[in-house]
Amino acid sequence: MSFLILIVLFAGLGIVLGYAAIRFKVEGDPIVDQIDKLLPQTQCGQCSFPGCRPYAQAIANGEADINQCPPGGEAGIAALADLLGVEAKPLNADNGEETPKLVAVIDENTCIGCKLCIQACPVDAILGAPKQMHTVIAAECTGCELCLPPCPVECITMEPVVKTLALWTWEKPENAAQKETS
Amino acid sequence: MKLWRFNGGLPSLAEHKNESTHLPIETAPVPSQLVYPLRQHIGNAATALVKVGDYVLRGQKIADAQGLISAPIHAASSGTVSHIADHLIPHPSGFSAPSISITTDGLDKELPPSGQPDFRQLSAADLVSLIREAGIVGLGGAAFPTAIKLDNQSKSRRIDTLILNGAECEPYISCDDRLLKERADKVIEGVNVLLHLLGAKRAILAIEDNVPSTFKAIQTAVNQNNNPAISAAQIPTIYPTGGEKQLIQTLTGKEVPSGGIPADIGIVSINVGTVYAVQQAVIEGKPLTSRIITVTGEGVTTPRNLEVRIGTPISTLIDVCNGYTQDADRLIMGGPMMGFALMNDQIPVVKASNCILVASKHEAVTEKQAMPCIRCGLCASACPVSLLPQQLYWFSRSEQLEKAEKINLLDCIECGCCDVVCPSHIPLVQHFRYAKSALKVQHHEKHLSNVARERFEAREARLAQEKADRAEKSRAKKAALKEKPAKETIDAAISRAKAKKQNPSEGEG
Repeated sequence: MSFLILIVLFAGLGIVLGYAAIRFKVEGDPIVDQIDKLLPQTQCGQCSFPGCRPYAQAIANGEADINQCPPGGEAGIAALADLLGVEAKPLNADNGEETPKLVAVIDENTCIGCKLCIQACPVDAILGAPKQMHTVIAAECTGCELCLPPCPVECITMEPVVKTLALWTWEKPENAAQKETS
Repeated sequence: MKLWRFNGGLPSLAEHKNESTHLPIETAPVPSQLVYPLRQHIGNAATALVKVGDYVLRGQKIADAQGLISAPIHAASSGTVSHIADHLIPHPSGFSAPSISITTDGLDKELPPSGQPDFRQLSAADLVSLIREAGIVGLGGAAFPTAIKLDNQSKSRRIDTLILNGAECEPYISCDDRLLKERADKVIEGVNVLLHLLGAKRAILAIEDNVPSTFKAIQTAVNQNNNPAISAAQIPTIYPTGGEKQLIQTLTGKEVPSGGIPADIGIVSINVGTVYAVQQAVIEGKPLTSRIITVTGEGVTTPRNLEVRIGTPISTLIDVCNGYTQDADRLIMGGPMMGFALMNDQIPVVKASNCILVASKHEAVTEKQAMPCIRCGLCASACPVSLLPQQLYWFSRSEQLEKAEKINLLDCIECGCCDVVCPSHIPLVQHFRYAKSALKVQHHEKHLSNVARERFEAREARLAQEKADRAEKSRAKKAALKEKPAKETIDAAISRAKAKKQNPSEGEG
């Protein structure tokens, strides 16, 4: 008798679990999404992966280390270490250096309209047509520098982002911090 | 009238009001050059309506509002537009920003004002657009476009209380006090306009109890006006009782929810200087082109209140007050608690400028060496918003901005009470200002990276689609080649060739 009860019980639980597995199926790989959220989305490929999402995937699979993203810098590494519960480490110098954010500017007098940079831009931030002048949509440019190598006339330069009033920050009272840490 | 008490505050802050209150408001002369930064309010910068060389009159609109949260700008005297270029602006960054400069001709010709003394005939929507067109923004210092606060129509809300903020709690500043002393009747007229516009049940004009003579002037004006909905209230002098949220709490016992606005609890609160500007705009038909500014401090010979054309360089104000004294050390816009230092006196005054403090060495906030935090908790008991400044300080200093945001960093009103009580002289507000602005940048970067991710993914999807389309096309072609040629096409080709062979003349001909 107790044997029968057990069979019924297990069968019932099996149905519940089977249903739950379908009903509450998690779409995608949440850890990849979480890692991707922390990456700066520059899509520059300095990490040796073709974009931020592939790098996130590689980190999740254990194929890449967390210190390969120069645009994310120290803060980005710290955030990744925090998320993944591993030790933070300095940026891998092979991948590049942390630099202030830049924006690409096309010298419109030199541009020959070859479209090569448009094909290289990972975020479609360059506008133009064959044999017509091209221009960068500054607000969409991530500063990845991928448009520089393909340009046959070297008319693209990277300029620092102009600090606007809206994004101005107050100075951090350093003297207090220095005093307390020393 | 029953009053409530907000948390903390500084009941015994030295007031320094007497220096500037004993003299009546003096009208400052029209300077040779007026400068109008296009952004002198919260929201979008205005767009210039004039070009270099244009002749403008006093009251003429020279820049128009752009978008909903914005305000137009009007010329304060007649003259010629000389530049539209970057000019130093009154801002703690010391940045320059696009500004319109006007070289005045001294004639001070004015657009004929068209007042509406019969404002009760106008609908609320008409009054709101009138106030918007007059370029009126909050003159207490925040410079938020007033028309948006008053716009009842577009939102489903009910305002029952209108609060007129005459509580000038910050030391040294006395422009609202002088305004109420001398022009209380006009302010009350403005209150009537606002009551009609908002449909509020009552209006309370609140001032601090350290200026009894002003209170008398207000009461006389209220009695003469004979509108039972308007009352005057005297509230205890506790810094920062003039803060919007603190004043609302003092008068009604209600707290504005975190991240909310007073309208959420049925209240609109407006500075008395702004009410005067509303009266001028609606009843006398004059847009906002001047305001009252306190020029004070030990660094100026005759501290007093001036009625100043907006756009006047600070140096002109100092001249009217008989110049600098030998003690002049620092030029501060605003009061000693919440103001900020200016680069030089060629910076123009804007709509938000309520005080120019020429501070001597000991008046400026003394920069004592900051010592380590001893966790005494005095800052928490002084905080009028009931925040935990020391906790915010730890998070701000260690760049844990998200944690600071979680414990309501953005509710900090930067009043400086915690700074004053801190026995270790930690510049707490400076830390919070830094953290708030850094947080804003962080949010902006987050937004940019989200946009970049979307664009990247859209591009990947497009490229994948193109690739799939191409593969599909070539597959279809191959399939077509495999199937058809087997029979019909080959047969047809053979028969064509045969026909050619049989009739070679046709092919040649």
